Amino acid sequence: MASPRPLSEQEIHGRRGRPITDRDATDISRVEELSYELKVQEVMTADVRVASPDMPVSEVLEILRTNRISGVPVLENEQLQGVISIEDVVRAMRDGELSAPVSEYMTRKLVTVLNYDPIVKALQAFTESRLGRLVVVDENGRLAGMITKGDITRGVLLALQRDYKEEELRRYRASHLFEDIVSDRTTLVLRYNIKAQDFIRGGYASSHIKRALLRLGADPQIARRCGIAVYEAEMNLIIHTNHGGVLKTEVEPHRITMSTVDDGPGIPNIEQVLQAGYSTASEQVREMGFGAGMGLVNIKRCVDKMEIESAVGKGTRLTMRIHIPSQNSSAQKD
Amino acid sequence: MNLMKIIKIADGVLLTPDINTDIEIRGGYGADLMSDVLAFSQPECVLLTGLTNPQVVRTAQMADFRAIVFIRGKKPQAETLSLALQEGIPLISSPYGMFELSARLHKAGLPSFESNGVS
Repeated sequence: MASPRPLSEQEIHGRRGRPITDRDATDISRVEELSYELKVQEVMTADVRVASPDMPVSEVLEILRTNRISGVPVLENEQLQGVISIEDVVRAMRDGELSAPVSEYMTRKLVTVLNYDPIVKALQAFTESRLGRLVVVDENGRLAGMITKGDITRGVLLALQRDYKEEELRRYRASHLFEDIVSDRTTLVLRYNIKAQDFIRGGYASSHIKRALLRLGADPQIARRCGIAVYEAEMNLIIHTNHGGVLKTEVEPHRITMSTVDDGPGIPNIEQVLQAGYSTASEQVREMGFGAGMGLVNIKRCVDKMEIESAVGKGTRLTMRIHIPSQNSSAQKD
Repeated sequence: MNLMKIIKIADGVLLTPDINTDIEIRGGYGADLMSDVLAFSQPECVLLTGLTNPQVVRTAQMADFRAIVFIRGKKPQAETLSLALQEGIPLISSPYGMFELSARLHKAGLPSFESNGVS
């Protein structure tokens, strides 16, 4: 995606209060992505009106007027001959030649795009040709449809709306999980395997847990508390264990239970690690902003109940629990 | 305070031009210790930090920060940048040091969001 580059004064101080320039438009990331994802055939008009070369221009004028369009492709024996647009019709009117055949006034120079091209190709063709509409052809060069800048705008807006609706739908479905599934005790369990020393992916699991809780309809404050606790616990697995461990989150309507289990090295003195500021972390870990001896202290503050069991040479099990008040959210009711 | 104003006060360079910066920031928090950030910050503020590794973005995400400003002209690692783009958290680089930047933002009316340890 975008790499850091020096920005102009204007870019730093913002776009508000002035029209969006082409440069700005290219900075809008999702739209940019969509211009590569969306294919011409997804946004084009497939059911197009056509003209034939020997049809009088007056008939084209009627087609344009009744369909409220600005141009049609000209076909002879299913072969593309050109395009006749409103400008061409105006030229014929100026000459008083509305009864002349289309072939005399149509534009023969065709600018086409392929139906399976990304819409960015069409945008480039619009910019280069300065045309308002392009003919879409299939791989055999046959007419597949027409595309205008308006079709592209509409297609992109619909896709953006779809993105938004998908997230809404995910949230809706997830938040009804506990209501839709009836059992004496419903529990959703999320498990993640955490690798030791994998600092780059550190927080990946916690990030997914937090998002899942929000989708399930958890109160943002509760999701934040869980996120922080589970993130500290995940970093502990990465920083301190021999072989990593398993991070588990169990979601129930009335409580969230998070736990980590590892197979060593184990903690010799639990009292000691619970003291604020006690740390055995390496210099490398400290340089990353961790290892200040605050992890467990922090976890304890975020959760309602924390338990830690450990045996040297065997491993450690950390259990954290947050209770959900029943009025907290409709999805989390008992 | 709008993030655009913060960028201006910080003489900042926006490193994530794809992410919307027209957002409201309720306060500021400065730290190089991520555990401190997780322990004492409040949501919806801007994080000022000298650290540039991906964990800064994860920390910001967990603690509900809205933006991150790297002090003393620091530039983030590539992984940090791509994670920020993925999570939609704006990254800004400011030439000022932590004290100077905090003072400038506070003077302009951005409240301190360092809580006293009670979350």
